[in-house]
This record gives sequence, structure tokens and C-alpha cells, in this order.
Amino acid sequence: MSRKSFRQAINEALRQEMERDPTVVLMGEDVAGGMGAAGEQDAWGGPLGVTKGLLQHFGRERILDTPITESGFIGAAAGAAVTGLRPVAELMFVDFMGVCFDQIFNQAAKFKYMFGGKAKTPMVIRTMYGAGFRAASQHSQCLYPIFTHIPGLKVVIPSSPYEAKGLLIQSIRDDDPVIFFEHKVMYDLEEEVPDEPYAIPFGEANFVREGDDVTIVAFGRMVGFAAQAADAVAKAGISCTVIDPRTASPLDLGSILESVRETGRLVVVDEASPRCNLATDISAAVAEQAFEALKAPIRMVSPPHAPVPFSPALEDLYVPSVARIEAAVRATMSAGARRAA
Amino acid sequence: MGDITALVMPKFGLAMLEGKVAAWLKAEGEQVSAGEEVAEIETSKITAALESPAAGTLRRIVAPAGETLPVGALIGLLTDAATPEAEIDAFVAAAQERFAEAMASRVSEVAPEPTRLDTPLGTINVLEAGPADAAAVVLVHGFGGGLDNFLFLQPALAGRYRTLALDLPGHGGSTKTLPGTSPEAMAGAIGALLDARGLERAHLVGHSLGGAIATAFAAAHPGRSASLTLISPAGMGEEINTGYITAFLAARRPKALTAALETLFADPSLVSREMVDAILRFRRLDGVEAALSALAAANFAEGRQKIALRATLAGLSLPLAVIWGREDRVIPAAQAEGLAPPERLHLLDHVGHMAHLEQSAEVARVIGEIAG
Amino acid sequence: MQLSREDLLRAYRQMRTIREFEERVHLEFSAGGIPGFVHLYAGEEASGVGVCLDLTDRDVIASTHRGHGHCIAKGCDVKAMMGEIFGKRDGLCGGKGGSMHIADISKGMLGANGIVGGGPPLVCGAALTAKTLKTGGIAIAFCGDGASNQGTTAESMNLATVWKLPAIFVVEDNGYAESTASSWSVGGDALKRAEGFGMPGVRVDGFDFFAVHAAAREAIARARAGEGPSLLHVQLSRYYGHFEGDAMTYRGTDEVARLRAERDCLALFRRKVTEAGLLDAPALDAIDRASAALIEEAVAEAKSAAYPTEADLVTDVYAAY
Repeated sequence: MSRKSFRQAINEALRQEMERDPTVVLMGEDVAGGMGAAGEQDAWGGPLGVTKGLLQHFGRERILDTPITESGFIGAAAGAAVTGLRPVAELMFVDFMGVCFDQIFNQAAKFKYMFGGKAKTPMVIRTMYGAGFRAASQHSQCLYPIFTHIPGLKVVIPSSPYEAKGLLIQSIRDDDPVIFFEHKVMYDLEEEVPDEPYAIPFGEANFVREGDDVTIVAFGRMVGFAAQAADAVAKAGISCTVIDPRTASPLDLGSILESVRETGRLVVVDEASPRCNLATDISAAVAEQAFEALKAPIRMVSPPHAPVPFSPALEDLYVPSVARIEAAVRATMSAGARRAA
Repeated sequence: MGDITALVMPKFGLAMLEGKVAAWLKAEGEQVSAGEEVAEIETSKITAALESPAAGTLRRIVAPAGETLPVGALIGLLTDAATPEAEIDAFVAAAQERFAEAMASRVSEVAPEPTRLDTPLGTINVLEAGPADAAAVVLVHGFGGGLDNFLFLQPALAGRYRTLALDLPGHGGSTKTLPGTSPEAMAGAIGALLDARGLERAHLVGHSLGGAIATAFAAAHPGRSASLTLISPAGMGEEINTGYITAFLAARRPKALTAALETLFADPSLVSREMVDAILRFRRLDGVEAALSALAAANFAEGRQKIALRATLAGLSLPLAVIWGREDRVIPAAQAEGLAPPERLHLLDHVGHMAHLEQSAEVARVIGEIAG
Repeated sequence: MQLSREDLLRAYRQMRTIREFEERVHLEFSAGGIPGFVHLYAGEEASGVGVCLDLTDRDVIASTHRGHGHCIAKGCDVKAMMGEIFGKRDGLCGGKGGSMHIADISKGMLGANGIVGGGPPLVCGAALTAKTLKTGGIAIAFCGDGASNQGTTAESMNLATVWKLPAIFVVEDNGYAESTASSWSVGGDALKRAEGFGMPGVRVDGFDFFAVHAAAREAIARARAGEGPSLLHVQLSRYYGHFEGDAMTYRGTDEVARLRAERDCLALFRRKVTEAGLLDAPALDAIDRASAALIEEAVAEAKSAAYPTEADLVTDVYAAY
């Protein structure tokens, strides 16, 4: 056990799984870097250094730099997975799904079903998402709701270094195609992470806080924000359960419903654009299945329905803040109080 | 100037660097007697009560509930009702200034780290504390536990003994490959540890299944066992609460695991969220689930134990002590009867299955009595 | 021409089976017994069979929406294919895929594909598997002249060269992408695209099984030797529309009739092998009769087979969920 960053946790998961299973290969743009150039090999180790050092362990046969050709190599990952490898493909920014989505949602996601169950597609697409990097509209989106919409895909959104390592190991061992979302602002976040390999099962929510008054559901970077908000309102005597579902698909709706039945109030925090996102999805499910338990209207905390802006002044307004989550929690408490009165 | 007593963040165990004030059990202005519990402190391992070092009035809470502070930081103070506010303010300011200076000069304190030893059985993870030339005491945890279980007991012994708390195979940082599932097979880990450290003999302390394992080791290697202290040992009677084991293995949600772990303690509030998270995390390590399931299946079944070491224990001739919490809800304290001479049989009030966590000082005293 | 008598008989049997299969599906579709979209391969048999004849199950192909011929050429079970096209539970894919998604991974058949240009990237992956695991296998992407204009095909040809994959790209240019002529939609010289991506390219007469087989044999040998990818540009034609129901008003009035009379790949094969004394007419006639009987049985069994049930609706979505 030692303190590791989100970046180190992911690197360690990749290294340990590649050591354990010789069919695991890594591919993507500049996952090593410097290919064909005169200078340093492993020059980048991924654009933010996440895969740095793996080349020296596993060599060019398993650490596969690709040209900038997302359809080509994401499709190649799908074809490799269905024929016997366990590829981990890095789609540098999830915003680039636009140039390879067919290979993900029409091919990889559907092989098993279309082929009557006689195929398995154990591939992982690691991809960066999220705002806060001053990276503007084409490098900052969340987009996991789009993947969550597709049957056949699994969608993993880790919220901390510990979670990232265990969930990535599970992703690699999983026999279905997995989209693994890494928030680019979280790479330097550190916490205690076991040195040994471990897998966190999918579809099993983490109860980050357990309280009595309000259930807050959040994903990825928003989990930490939600926990901060919960700690802040605790000083005012409001006790919150904070649920990190870990995976958007499969979704541990059972734990969310169980918690809402205990607290009677729900706030869902989602960094994705507000229409048809995970917040609306979870809110609809809770409204449909646990309406009688609700003491107050459900609150959703999401960005505005606008592209992610560039200017720091605007981007900071765009991303859901701890203060906005706190306000939503307080609003559900006062709404509930009014209704009770 | 009235006497002012500082309440500071306590240090529970070797590894504790900081703690969180989980709750104040007294309000400002309330009377507190010496030894009375004033606050609950949550550490990364366990929640425990801060007992007041003196009598007085809790005049100031410096760290409200929820605040996390380094060990030694001022969290509140006691004095008499007559002490003026200004004097209290001055005391707080001075204490905090001194503490800040101390922190600044503190060479980044590091908690002692366990060592991973390569042994013929695989990696054995051990945390050592105490003088290298002192008599050795090996601390053996129970089913699903780990060397962390001795975080209070080990420092209490480390002044006098060379203490070695190990993770058994299948647990913590040790190999997840079991040498076998019987206490006799698992006892190989104790021998492997002693060999790896070049120790011929050690005093053995075993808890629960670790008690059965220590007993098996003493029986197999009488010459290497200087004394034996058993805490709520397994193998000494038929009955056991396998409901606890089933719940422990099945729990996925912190709430469910908390409920299971509360069975271990007379005071359920000792179970901290961090303890629960640590166990959930440990259980996810590759190989742990299989190892724990195999151990449980081999040793326990539907309310009874499959292992019987009472006769083995009776045949041993070495200094022996048995400690059992009267409120043990996992293995009933009635099984202690006749295990050791009456003066070596310690049935503790208000203690459950975890005497070494619940009353570590008393357990250390008993060990000292027989280990010399 | 170094084919054994057994290989020649096998090639003819596969081509004839494809023809019988497609002609019958055409009739059954018109009769209303087959749901959905169907794209027929009749007329193109020499290509699929010529390319696949020397492959084994460790070799992988990815097909197109016009996939029945490739499936049969790669060894898929014909009766299970027919069952699939009729949407039956015993179909090759349990009735969940249909004509456009027939696949059998165990045979190295990576699936027909409903997306034009969907297959080439998958083939890069299959070739990567063969290369990484050193199976000795190769992978072949069939695509049409339409798919040859898709970015995925260009990306895959580039990637196959960059990674030096044991891959082959077979562009079956049947003259039309849907209703649009390839003479209009394909810019420049299709063959020169191979050169542009650094791989050998060969233009092949797709009506002539022997020409296709010879070209494929060379490309396969190159791939197996680790020398990288190749392109075959196979010129041929289809007898039916883009899909069943296409009235083909964009084609010349007697275009298909003339093709059937003058360029039919089965007739050409029969003429060549009999004239060369490699096979005799009775042996070929026996295959014709056996193929017809097989398809007759396949249709009868498919028609009488059971449909999947509600219990099958949400199975096979995930390995575990």
C-alpha cells in the first residue's frame, strides 16, 4: 500500500494485467510516442504520461503506437478482441468518438447479440473526458451518456485512484466491451492504493458517505465534489448518503432506490450536458420506482445546455460546483419541510 | 490563573498520524470527570473514545466534529468555570503556535511500514516493533483479520519485546496462496516467519482462528514456543456464530459489513467507516475471496467448528494464558472454562471477540505476566 | 493451375451452393417468407470462393451486407444460414442477426456487416491477433466499390501497412454502390490506392474463378510470410438488385441477361475444367443436383423451424451484466 496518483494507479493496473495475461495489448496514438522519430522512444507515454514506462516492460509488440486513425485502431481493437486478444485502446479524448463511433456502437457493442451469443468482445477503450482543463468545446465533454445508451457496452467512470485501479483491472478481465472514462483533471489526485492487483466488480455502487436525510448520486469527478458538499451540510445538521455508482452501465439502481427509500430525498450530480444524461436517467428511474418514498422533488445538478467554453471565467461557471450541490441539498430539505408542514 | 488541561488528538497505535473528531460526547460547559469519555476519535483503522486526562469543565471545543487534525493538535480544553474567556483564548493561541512550530520542525513523520519477507510459503507481510535483542512475541490474527488488529496491543508490548505482527497467508499483504486450510498447515506461516527473521523461539499470541493456529504451532514445535496467549481462540469448543462469518463474506455494502463487524465488539461504535472500507478493499485483492472461502469452509460449518484443539492444548507444557470477552458474540466465552488454570484465565467484562482491540492494556498486562 | 481434383470439386460445389442459395432466397423473399433486408451475391461466386478456397478456420474474413456467399465460402453451415435468414431460433445466430449479420467466429467468419466499410478495421484487429499470438493465420476484408470510398477502408489500408499486418483487402467492384455507378463514385484509379498505401494491388477478373484464386494465393502467401498487406481489385457484377425489391431501373435493359449468358462464373468454370479434362460433366451435374437438394432441404427445415421466444429477447447482450 502506498500513495499513488490516479495516473499511477492506471499505469499500475495496465502493467499488472499485461504481466498476468499475455493477450493484453495496448494501442493508441502516442501511447509510447516517438515511433519512427530519431529521438527518444516512449517519448510521451500517452499525451498526459499515463502509459509511460510500459514500453520498456512489454516492447513494441504489445505497446502499439498507432497513426492518428481512430476508426482504424478502435475497429482493430474490436476485431482483435473478437479473435482472441484483450486489447486496451486509448481514445485520447472521448470527444474523438465522432470519428470512430461506428466501430464502437455498431460493431463491438453488437457482436455478441447479432451473432447469437457466439462471440465475445473483451476490449477496453480508455478515454479522457471532462471540463476544467481549459481545453474548450472539442476536448472537454463528458459524453458517457451516449455510450450508456448503447446495449452491449459497459461504461465505467472511476472517481478516485483506488477506484481507477480496481475498475480498470475488472475492465480488462471483463468479457464485454468497456468504455473507461478518465477525468483529465484528476490524474494528479493521490490516495492510498494497494500494490497488489484487485478488481472492483461492475454494477456495485460505492457508498462514499452514509447518512439519513438526502441521497446524493454522483459520478467520476463529481463524487469528490458531492462528498465535500455532504461534509459541508453536515455542519448544518443535514446528513447525506453519497453514492458513487462506479459504472453507468451496468447501473446499480437497486442501491440508489434502497437509499432513496431510506432518505426520501435525491440529488443527482452529473458533469454531462443536462439533456438525456445520467442525472435525468436516474431521476426518471427513481420517480418511476420510488415516487412514494420521495419527500421532496428530485434535484439535478448539471452544467447548462451549452458546449464547454474555453475562457476560464466561463468554464468555472460551467462545471457543477460544490456550492451548487450544497444548494441543491438544502433546497430538497426545505422543499420537504414545506411539504411536511 | 486557573488550571487549564489541553485535550489533544490522541495517538492510537503505531500508524496513526492524524485523526478525526467523529463526535463530542460532552457539550461546552459540561462537567467532565477524569477517565470519562469526552469525544470519539476516528482513525484510519478504528473509532475509539478519548478519555479525559483530568476533571474539569469542558470550556472550549477547538476542533468541532468532522475536523481532521494531526496527532498532538489541540482539540479542546478543560478548566474551571471561573477561568476568564480571555485566558482561554490566550491558552489556545499559545498551544496552537507551539504545535505549529513542532509540526514545522518534525521531520516528515512516517508510520512504520510492514516488511514483505520472501519465505518458502511465499510472501509473508510482517510489522515489527520493539528492541531487536528483546524476547520475540509473534501476534497471530484471526479469520479475515490482519496485522492491523494489533494496532493497540503491539505498541503496548513493543517497549519490552521484539513484536512481530504478521498477515497470515490469504490475508493482508501476504501471499494469497494458502499452505493448506487446517490450523496445522497455516501454522507453517509462523515457522516461516521465525526462520526468515532468524528467530529460534517466540512467545505466541493468537486470536480466534489465529489462536488455533498458534496452538497447532506450539504443539508441533514445543521448543520454539516460549509461551502461548490465546484470545477468544477457535478450536476449543463446538459452537461458533457462523452467521458472522457468512455475513462477513457476503457483505458488499459498507452498511452490511458494518453490521457484521459490530458482532465482534461489545461496543459496536468501535467499528469505523475506515475499518469497514479497509476490509472491503482487502477482500477485493486477487486471491483473497478464494482463500477466505476455503478457510471458512474447512474450519467452520453451520454453527459449529470443524476443528478441535482442546486436547492438543491440554497436552502442552508451556506458560499459557487465555483471555476471553464475556460478551463475545462469535465464540462463546463459556468455552474458556477449564482451558487454563484459574489464575491464567481472564474473562473480561464489557469485551467482545476483540479483547486486543477493546482492552489492549489488559491483554498486554496478561502477556507480560506469562512472558516475563 | 495447380488445384487438385478435390479442390476443384470443392470450389464448384461451393459456387453452385451459393448460386442455389441466392436464387432460392430471391424466390422465397418475393413470396414474402423472408423478413427484412436481403442483398444477394448471385453472379459474384467466383470471387468469394476463389479467395477463400485456400483458407482454414484459423484465417479470418470480414464480409459485407452482401455476405451469404462469403459465409458459404468460409464454411458456415448452409442450413443454419437459411434458418437465420428466416429469423428462426435454430439459425446460425439464433435469429438475432439475420441476413446482414450472419457470422461464425469458430469458422473465422467475422460477420456480414450492415455498415458499408464496417469490416476493414475489424480485419486489422484479426490480423493483429494472428500476428501477436503467432497463429500463422491471416485476415481478409471483403468490401465493395462503395466501401472502398469509406474512410474506414483507407484508414485500415494505411494501418495494415504501418503495422505490417497479415491482411488482404478484397474490393469486389460490382459496378454499383446501391444505384450509383462505381465509374462515377470512385475517384481516380482504384488500383492505385494500393500503391498509395504502400501495398501491392492486382486487378482481377472476378468472373474467372481461376484468376481470382491465383491472385488470392499470391496475396495469402505474402501475408503468411509476414510481408504485409495486399489489395485485390476484383471486377464482377451482381445479378440482382442492391437489395431484394430493387427494380434496378438504373441498369441497362439487357445488362443482367447478357451477363448471365456471356460471363457467368459457373458456366465459365464448367467450360474450363471440362475442356481441360480436369473434371467431367457428370461429376459437375451430380454437384448441381446435390446442391439443389441441399437448399431444398434447408428451406424446408428453415420454414418449419421455431421462432425465438420472448425468453431470447434480452439474452446474449452481455457476457455478464
